[in-house]
Amino acid sequence: MKRTLSATALGIAAALALAACGGGSSNPLSTGGGSASGGGVPSGSAKAGTIRVGAANFPESQLIAEIYAAALNAKGIKATTGDPIGAREVYLKALQQGSIDLVPEYAYSLLTFYNPSASQTEPDAVRSALTKKLPSGDIVLDSAPAEDSNTVTVTKETAAKWKLKTIGDLAKHSKEVTFAAPAEFQSREQGLKGLKKKYNLVPKSFRALQGTAIVQALKNDQAQAANIFTTDPSIKADGFVILKDPKHVFGSDNVVPLIRKAKASTKVQTVINAVQAKLTTDKLAAMDKKVQVDHKDASSVAKQFISSNGLG
Amino acid sequence: MLTSVWRWLTDGGHWQGETGITHRLLEHLQYSGESLLIAALIALPIGALIGHTGKGKWIIAVANAFRAIPSLGLLFVVAMWFVSRLTGDSAYLVPTIIVLVILAIPPLLAGAYSGVSEVDPAARDAAYGMGMSGRQVLANVEVPCALPLIFSGVRSAALQIIATATIAAAISVGGLGRYLIDGLANSDYAQMAGGAILVTALALLVDGVLAVIQQLTVPGGLRTTSVSRRKQRAAAAAVESAHAA
Repeated sequence: MKRTLSATALGIAAALALAACGGGSSNPLSTGGGSASGGGVPSGSAKAGTIRVGAANFPESQLIAEIYAAALNAKGIKATTGDPIGAREVYLKALQQGSIDLVPEYAYSLLTFYNPSASQTEPDAVRSALTKKLPSGDIVLDSAPAEDSNTVTVTKETAAKWKLKTIGDLAKHSKEVTFAAPAEFQSREQGLKGLKKKYNLVPKSFRALQGTAIVQALKNDQAQAANIFTTDPSIKADGFVILKDPKHVFGSDNVVPLIRKAKASTKVQTVINAVQAKLTTDKLAAMDKKVQVDHKDASSVAKQFISSNGLG
Repeated sequence: MLTSVWRWLTDGGHWQGETGITHRLLEHLQYSGESLLIAALIALPIGALIGHTGKGKWIIAVANAFRAIPSLGLLFVVAMWFVSRLTGDSAYLVPTIIVLVILAIPPLLAGAYSGVSEVDPAARDAAYGMGMSGRQVLANVEVPCALPLIFSGVRSAALQIIATATIAAAISVGGLGRYLIDGLANSDYAQMAGGAILVTALALLVDGVLAVIQQLTVPGGLRTTSVSRRKQRAAAAAVESAHAA
């Protein structure tokens, strides 16, 4: 009897503790990028004026974040970076909540996040549509010439075997395709949703992986098609074929800095826009290779870019 | 918050199909069951043998050191090695099972070893005195006497496997971990919390089932639960009253 009583008491205590945790908000993930992202939020929150540069959980985003931070620091504006935060769905919440101030973004991907039915494909149209959709507290600075789009990519062998040129060609083989991509690709318009709508491509199965594991899966035939960025060094190194996308599931993804208005002083804007002007697709791809293939430290690659382009 | 989790769990649509809860539960049970079986086939005989002979205790120490290996890191390393050596799903399934087996071996080994080595020397001597061979003593006396500790090893291994099998989702394998990884990637709190609740419930349920199996298989004289004690007392009382009459 005594044991039953103490068990009941413990149960009630646990229920109360749970209820207490849930009291504050309807969704813990939306209250703090900090809690959602673990250690991903850059330090320096206490000091006013410090720009905290966040990054998505793939190497190029972390590299561009390092470049922004290095450029700002070189001009005497204190900027910090942290560990990568996560997918767009997660780091945009961190920006809203104010635990980061600046994050490298991609124009079309960001536009389709706010407006899944966006039909603009040209860089200028994408940009102007994007500026209208942004939350009131955020602005985007200048677009860089550098473009890094999402793709549907296959190996040379698969392309030859199935005679593939476009994503539409791949759709005919849907039942034989295992698709490798980050987990969020499943529920994105620039992902399985859009591929189904526009090409009727519904892969037999989906393999949720991250970073180089996606490239490995494609290379070793654990996946027959994959979502790989156009600047990914593996495309050249492994001879992958990017399938053409005539119906524009993936749009013009120029690199744009997304920043909280409150932190976007004229000086900050000038510094970041100067970086943007120098950031071309070739330079970005070359730096991606240094980081992902040669395993150079992203912050030293970033500093090199700043000094060799007269930005520091 | 709790209502959105509850809605997620009780939405019939979430239970059906390839990505549905029913399918994910079965996948989770399958990897967990296979891993536990393989780990038991390796660890229980070795543990019992070490306990019986008193030789090779260093193996227990080495196995215990394995507890310090971070499972997620090991999973990535093993998966990287296998990705170019196996085809299709097995390139991700085999690494998952290897990691879970390594996780489960230490508690199984420790349970079997301490169970057998701590058998009352009097029972062991009596068995030898009756002319049993070493093998007979191990099979008929030591292992049955060790069952409670063997079972506690199995139960703790099962709990650890079920909780840790969620990390398989990081390398694209199914199971309940999918809800944690996909929920985080899509910032879907209800899905993440729902997945965590399901893992907890499954772990408790399996532990409960194993507890019942333990009740049914462990010899009555070794049971220490209140139920069996009550039964013993009742039996003793019955014997006494029979004597009195």
